[in-house]
Amino acid sequence: MNVVDTIILLLIAAIAYGTPLLFGTLGEILTEKSGNLNLGVEGIMFMGGAIGLGGMFYFEKLTGISSYPLSVLVAILAAFLAGALASLIFSFLTITLRTNQNVTGLALAIFGTGVGQFAGEMMRIRVGGYVSLSLELKNALPASPFPQFLQDVPYVGKLLFGNSIFFYLGILAAVGMHLFLKKSRKGLYLRAVGENPATADSAGISVTRYKYLATIIGGGISAVGGVVYIITTAGCTWNNEGLSGVGWLAVALVIFCLWRPLSAIWGSVLFGALMILYMRLQLSFIPTELYKILPYVVTVIVLIISSLRNNKEKQPPAGLGLAYFREDR
Amino acid sequence: MDDQIKSPLLRLDKRSKDSLGPVSVWGIRLGSIVFALLLGCIAILLTGNSPIKAYGTMINGALGSAVYRQQTVKKAIPLLGCALAIAPCFKMRFWNIGAEGQITAGALAATFVARLLSSSFPGDKPSLPLLLLMALAALLLGGLWGLIPGFFKAKWNTNETLFTLMMNYIIIGVVAWLQAGPWEARQGRIAQFAPAAQLPKVAGVHCGWIIVLALVILVHVYMKHTKHGYEIAVIGDSMRTAQYAGMNVGRIMMRTMFLSGAISGLVGFIICAGANHTLAKEIAGGVGFTSITVAWLSQLNAFAMIAISLLLGVLSKGADTLQTVMNVPVAISDIITGLLLFCMLGSEFFINYRIILRKKNGKGGAAQ
Amino acid sequence: MEKNCYAIELRGITKRFGPVVANDGIDLGLRRGEILALLGENGSGKTTLMNMLAGIYLPDEGQILADGRPISIRSPRDSFAHGIGMIHQHYKLVDVFTAAENVVLGLEDEKKLDLKKANAKVREICGRYGFEIDPEKKVYDMSVSEKQTVEIVKVLYRGAEILILDEPTAVLTPQETERLFAVLRNMREDGKAIVIITHKLNEVMAISDQVAVLRKGRYIGTVNTAETDPQALTDMMVGRSVSLNIDRPLYEKQVERLCVRDLTVYDHEHVKKLDAVSFTAKGGEILGVAGIAGSGQRELLEAIAGLYPVAEGSISYLPPEGGKRELVGQTPMQIRKQGVSLAFIPEDRLGMGLVGSMGMTGNMMLRSWRKGRLPFVRRREPQALAQKVFTDLEVVTPGLEFPVRKLSGGNVQKVLVGREIATSPNVLMTAYAVRGLDINTSYTIYNLMTEQKMQGTAVIFVGEDLDVLLELCDRILVLCGGRVSGVVDARTATKEEIGLLMTRVGGKEEA
Repeated sequence: MNVVDTIILLLIAAIAYGTPLLFGTLGEILTEKSGNLNLGVEGIMFMGGAIGLGGMFYFEKLTGISSYPLSVLVAILAAFLAGALASLIFSFLTITLRTNQNVTGLALAIFGTGVGQFAGEMMRIRVGGYVSLSLELKNALPASPFPQFLQDVPYVGKLLFGNSIFFYLGILAAVGMHLFLKKSRKGLYLRAVGENPATADSAGISVTRYKYLATIIGGGISAVGGVVYIITTAGCTWNNEGLSGVGWLAVALVIFCLWRPLSAIWGSVLFGALMILYMRLQLSFIPTELYKILPYVVTVIVLIISSLRNNKEKQPPAGLGLAYFREDR
Repeated sequence: MDDQIKSPLLRLDKRSKDSLGPVSVWGIRLGSIVFALLLGCIAILLTGNSPIKAYGTMINGALGSAVYRQQTVKKAIPLLGCALAIAPCFKMRFWNIGAEGQITAGALAATFVARLLSSSFPGDKPSLPLLLLMALAALLLGGLWGLIPGFFKAKWNTNETLFTLMMNYIIIGVVAWLQAGPWEARQGRIAQFAPAAQLPKVAGVHCGWIIVLALVILVHVYMKHTKHGYEIAVIGDSMRTAQYAGMNVGRIMMRTMFLSGAISGLVGFIICAGANHTLAKEIAGGVGFTSITVAWLSQLNAFAMIAISLLLGVLSKGADTLQTVMNVPVAISDIITGLLLFCMLGSEFFINYRIILRKKNGKGGAAQ
Repeated sequence: MEKNCYAIELRGITKRFGPVVANDGIDLGLRRGEILALLGENGSGKTTLMNMLAGIYLPDEGQILADGRPISIRSPRDSFAHGIGMIHQHYKLVDVFTAAENVVLGLEDEKKLDLKKANAKVREICGRYGFEIDPEKKVYDMSVSEKQTVEIVKVLYRGAEILILDEPTAVLTPQETERLFAVLRNMREDGKAIVIITHKLNEVMAISDQVAVLRKGRYIGTVNTAETDPQALTDMMVGRSVSLNIDRPLYEKQVERLCVRDLTVYDHEHVKKLDAVSFTAKGGEILGVAGIAGSGQRELLEAIAGLYPVAEGSISYLPPEGGKRELVGQTPMQIRKQGVSLAFIPEDRLGMGLVGSMGMTGNMMLRSWRKGRLPFVRRREPQALAQKVFTDLEVVTPGLEFPVRKLSGGNVQKVLVGREIATSPNVLMTAYAVRGLDINTSYTIYNLMTEQKMQGTAVIFVGEDLDVLLELCDRILVLCGGRVSGVVDARTATKEEIGLLMTRVGGKEEA
């Protein structure tokens, strides 16, 4: 195999591993733009994974329909709802009941991983074995939505058209979010809420509503990442460990890509590459288990570097993590 | 145009300093625990079991016999120890969520010493010198694992939440490597410790419980009565005030993180020398995260942590029993822990605020 | 519409915060084509009252009428809908947005966000009233005066007919104030109703048609500006006739105590905050420091206290026993360990000078916690000191362990000042020591400063009210853009003189 092929294969694998991260990161970007720091992404993605899988499984089982587009829709919808519900809890506690965002997020991480594992296990117990979709769907879901001739284009065909539909949906979501934040009126208001809620409030923007909506929708998007992982890399089966750490990497990635949705695309592919490098680019002098911690080491380095930058345009939303109450005195 | 005169349906008012007596305060907190357990019923119902039977099984499984009680205490020990480790950081508003890794680091260091020196301590009794050396190593490596993010926070204000978290995965990866490679005994496991490297039992449970109870007193005194404790409290309130008072904030931060990591490391030593007698990458098993719950729910009060860690110990042991007896996934304990945390966090709101309902015919009524 | 009808009328407005009654049954009316000055001391409830018109707070009792019809203002949006626009004292702007982005914030009239159109409209408004502002400039690059302009444009853009300005001149130079007043007069001619919240009598006399006075949350009355004078207004404001004179004895044996030479500092963005500042503070005098907000006052005091990195220059402390100690390059702890007795009452009392969550005892410990060889803190002495401050300064608190954060502003300041004075300092530095305090507490503070001076302490008093500076201090150092633009004798200088120095360095106007 020549070098170009190796790199292309690596990139394709990186995209597959990066897509769940992309959703996780995009959701958290939206959440943080509203000034809410939701550390529960880990839990949200677990819930999205288990409940998304459950949705697809029971949909196929109950209706007997093994339809690719319907399953994609059901997966996204079920995961989104699970994440939105989890974030609703977070929003209610932090926005309405004014609890500490850090601790509430951690509680959500514990709760969400619990719910995810619980749901996954319950399905296993109910079914009496591994929860799995029909073979037909299992093969179709992670495959490319594009016709074969496009994928057959030399070199770039596989890379551009050979990925799962979720990657393209992720890109659409990123572009959409970018346009929303930068070009739309509501996006401007949302950023104002995250930067300076008192200002937004006095300008007549409903801080509470924007925070709730951004956090809930953001949580929903993050949760989709969970089910994407189950479909594209876990072979449509549940395991308790596979998603571990992905949600936290997503939170770190938000910092890495400076709260910019478009940067999240290449950022998540880069981290996807770091996650699978140990399989694709084996180095005899690094044991596999140590190689696996690479993304975490890189994250640490990224955190340190990002704490060194000192540019007004590259800072987190100024109101991030702070509670806002109008009538407080 | 909406020119009708209306005040909103609900309004909030901060309670003045002593409008709620201690009885109501604890009533609300207790009520929130009960409420969380009720919510937990939903999860149990989903499994097709009766909640009453399930909770009964849990309580019985955790407290029903002396052996069960000993196992429950065994679960509570690391939770308590680790909550004590986290308390100074949280008081300082340093969000250390790396206790999981600091435990693992401590266990790793203790195991290293145990493997290195076991041959020098033959015999089938626990050896105090060896155990002390293991504890010392655990304190140092655990402390170092906390110090690293502390250093970068002090130096460049690097986000400590994610840093400490990433440190978890890094050290767990290192243990995974040791377990599958250099230290492997058979089938990806590390050999059991020699008897000399095992903590002796007192009252049926390894003596770690005495260590953590001593820690309760030590941490309480440290936080409430020492200069260090005062410095930590001032920094937690306002970093600028601390600088104004002449405190070296960076140094205090690093010192506190080292201390916190060291205590977590000691907990790692207690788990591997007392309970497991070996090292595995799952050694911390979520204790580092759950103990954050313990620390926060007890409002960083060292004595309250005893009660909360026992409560979560009961929950965790009960969930184990529930899985074996009624085939309910053990993750139920995480769910109930999460619910407990949600409800108790939320309950503080009702302690601090009064909710005013709109008066039906008050002055704000429709006076057109 | 009747000519005499009020544009906005308040009837019996009451607002409580917990046990504190901020506004107590207030009646007030504003007319179009008129400037109403809302006068009152700090803490008299002026801002709270106007915040209810702006939709920030909801009244607990009472009615608001617009053109004679009762309305309810439940949110800032309702407020705009009734043509009310408030310019808050602390500007409500998003730093990373441009002027135009800030201006269109919260508007719902158009579906699409069209910044080009917004930019054009902002330019048009600026042209009409004679403002100068670049709609595409980011707020973090703006001066205070530019930010205020953005705020005013913001409410005009919304077509506000009723403008409320909260302490608009607090951060402006006298010259900028004049420009603002000219604009306000133009708007009055335009038929707008204008309220300016202030506690400065000269401004009331200069700009307003009517004056409404509040005292301790109560409405005292409204008078025609033309028919009143500052003395009568003061009486209304404070309730009884008080002498505005602050006692200023002369301390004979003044000696040099602190000598600052060519002090230059940069902030973390490498902006020069102090530029070759030199001066001497003497024991037995109060050295006032005047300047527009942000001219380097904070940096100066913090540099002396060892809390701000010094790039160049020297700060020498000359102890009474003779000798000379260099303070530059030392940490606050090293400075204290050298026996330099320096007390510092910072501007941000709870954020820098005190520990809000602790009681008085815990706060007294902030100066003494290191005492003793044992690793344990000693509580007895701080407790005794807390008791002493509690008695001497008449601090109102439920107990010595009651969190100081929950005390009123005046009591918070008493705790801080009490602690600092208790160290019997040779140098006492204060920043805005009476900000937010009522007149009685303010005078307590003035007296304490004078008392310290008469004990031979070198007092450095950073203030914002030029009248107070002129009556309290012996000499006044004026800062402008981080440079010393002059040192004047407070007994002979005039306000105009200082006002000019605040904007000019060496006779040249600052860009």
